[in-house]
Amino acid sequence: MAVDPKKHEMPTQAPEVRAHNFSEVALGYTAEIAVEEAKRCLNCKNKPCVQGCPVNINIPDFISHIKNGDFEGAYTEITKSSSLPAVCGRVCPQETQCESKCTLGIRFEPVGIGRLERFVADYHNEHVKEQPIPPKSNGHRVAVVGSGPSGLTCAGDLAKKGYKVTVYEALHTAGGVLVYGIPEFRLPKAIVAKEVEALMALGVDIEPNVVIGKTLTIDELFEMGYEAVFIGSGAGLPNFMGIPGESLKGVYSANEFLTRSNLMKAYLDDPHTPIMKGGKVAVVGGGNVAMDAARTALRLGAEKVYIVYRRSMEEIPARKEEVEHAIEEGIDFQILRNPVEILGYNNPDDPRDPKNGFVTGMRCIKMELGEPDAKGRRRPIPIEGSEFVLDVDTVIMSIGTSPNPLIKNTTKGLDVNSHGGIIVSEDGLTSREAVYAGGDAVTGAATVISAMGAGKTAASAIDKYLMNK
Amino acid sequence: MYRIACKKVLNPTVTQMEIEAPLVAAKAKPGQFIILRVDADGERIPLTVAGCDPEKGTVKIIFQVVGATTECLNHKNEGEYIQDFVGPLGVATHTEGINKVCIVGGGVGCAIAMPVAQEFHRLGANVTSIIGFRNKDLVILEEEFRACSDKMVLMTDDGSYGRHGNVTVPLKELLEGGERYDAIITIGPLIMMKFVVKTAEPFGIPVTVSMNPIMIDGTGMCGGCRLTLNRNGEKITKFACVDGPDFNGYEVDFDEAMSRGRMYADFERHAYDEACNLFKKA
Repeated sequence: MAVDPKKHEMPTQAPEVRAHNFSEVALGYTAEIAVEEAKRCLNCKNKPCVQGCPVNINIPDFISHIKNGDFEGAYTEITKSSSLPAVCGRVCPQETQCESKCTLGIRFEPVGIGRLERFVADYHNEHVKEQPIPPKSNGHRVAVVGSGPSGLTCAGDLAKKGYKVTVYEALHTAGGVLVYGIPEFRLPKAIVAKEVEALMALGVDIEPNVVIGKTLTIDELFEMGYEAVFIGSGAGLPNFMGIPGESLKGVYSANEFLTRSNLMKAYLDDPHTPIMKGGKVAVVGGGNVAMDAARTALRLGAEKVYIVYRRSMEEIPARKEEVEHAIEEGIDFQILRNPVEILGYNNPDDPRDPKNGFVTGMRCIKMELGEPDAKGRRRPIPIEGSEFVLDVDTVIMSIGTSPNPLIKNTTKGLDVNSHGGIIVSEDGLTSREAVYAGGDAVTGAATVISAMGAGKTAASAIDKYLMNK
Repeated sequence: MYRIACKKVLNPTVTQMEIEAPLVAAKAKPGQFIILRVDADGERIPLTVAGCDPEKGTVKIIFQVVGATTECLNHKNEGEYIQDFVGPLGVATHTEGINKVCIVGGGVGCAIAMPVAQEFHRLGANVTSIIGFRNKDLVILEEEFRACSDKMVLMTDDGSYGRHGNVTVPLKELLEGGERYDAIITIGPLIMMKFVVKTAEPFGIPVTVSMNPIMIDGTGMCGGCRLTLNRNGEKITKFACVDGPDFNGYEVDFDEAMSRGRMYADFERHAYDEACNLFKKA
């Protein structure tokens, strides 16, 4: 039987429509498309896709269930390995993970594994109302710090094994970067809330408004009777470039801009938390967070949105699909450009002019690519005399984060590397007994799925440790 | 949800509340702050801790009604609940090695200055307090300051109570009269703190200022609370939520902080008017 060389297209909102709303961009496969796409899977013997998945979902098995129209069977198969299928089906970079290993992909487009995962999770959420039954308790208690992807995964895996898990969250809502960082149009918050509810049904307790390192320390968690702790506190403080003008009004970190819009719902019509809307916006950086910030700015009503990135389109680190979506929506990619100064309004005759101190533009310099650096990426070099001014009112810095110091500063014997990231062994163990860590707190800014992988690894190590204690 | 155990009106625009938050009450130290949300969907605002009772599990906050959120908070009554209350955040005020201290508070900033003065008093330091208000009606915490100070000066801008003038007047007199403090700690409007620093500078006395910029998460994630320090000719970015709120007053770029504080002035005014209208209708 001839295989369709192409993946089934993902139905999406038209770019000119979605650029003005916060509804989800990708609409998801129908059951018919899902079954057809599942039929493309060759069910090959060595299953390379499973190795490409950081949480090792048994991909060919769940796809086989879809082929047979047994969508709930597919869901059960996925949840053996993943606690957040509806999230991963949406935000994983499948093209560099499972799908990049797909045997079909050698000659044709790989199977749309991510799209199928999303279909299965959405089907389950829509059709299955009963919650899972919590397993029999094994009497052991574990504390998880942070309710982002690594923490939720770790908590879910341990709860399934009978552990009593409490997740401590610093913010008022569970989900970490899934709620404060990733925008509604890419990951609806209702989906995150559903995944959190499913974990709570398994017996996981979520304690919001507790900052570990401040409200409670790691040592106090042990005093309270927890036998192991997983730290999944996420990335930290935003980095800035150190150029003049970064403190002008209208300059945001991507974290702040996205938190205002997502967590604090500044995108709604009559928000309680303010955000600068409209005008011309420059987002500095080329990662997924930069794409999210740019597309959020567009939806908030910006007349023009630029991505300013110092390398070329070849090196851009964001997921391919996000870049494509951004281009379709009309984001202007200023590649091989780097900011050197942010310019602000200053009325010399009137120090009380309310416009004083607001951004009026960003001076940039053109770049060219030189020799590859240590990581093999070609180093961008400024072209002398090529400076120009980009006319913008808002600048969003999206150039990474540095680890949060709160836990490190209050936990004796917890070793961190020169960047401030927590040092862990292969199975997630830190320099402190019974303290494990994973996700961005260890690696610095990375992906949702790699954080989930780390949470999973640590959960299995915690289980081994407590069972042998 | 966090119960309002006690509510007390201190003056027409300033209210004191004790909130049941046992974990915060067990830890909070003078100089630290909390973040609260009044209702679901409300904004997160930082308020400095004005005291706590670990046994009762309550944290005292004192706030001035300046915008929509504080207006909503002020409409909550004893026994009612607020949505979120998290802390203690930030670094506590340093007290080590300070045996003689001058506390300079302005307006509602006195609510934050008071527990700092009390802490120094408890530790046995010699405490001078200079507190300033716009007028007599706005005076708060006079007795509390008197009780923990070896010397206290109360100023009003219009001379309707205490001495006439702003807080830098008596500070300058004391310094010129030969008083030497190990530290001056000032908490109040940015413009006041800026001039306290200017007044102290010729005498070479260390000045700690308490910064209260716009914040969202308050835990070192968003970077909205950043401020610039000028240290040895170099500009450094610091985050008030994790590095502060106390900073070396000689290093802080006050003009920038004042400008950033006004970023949402239009939005805030509009939101405040809306909130006021809402309560008028109700």
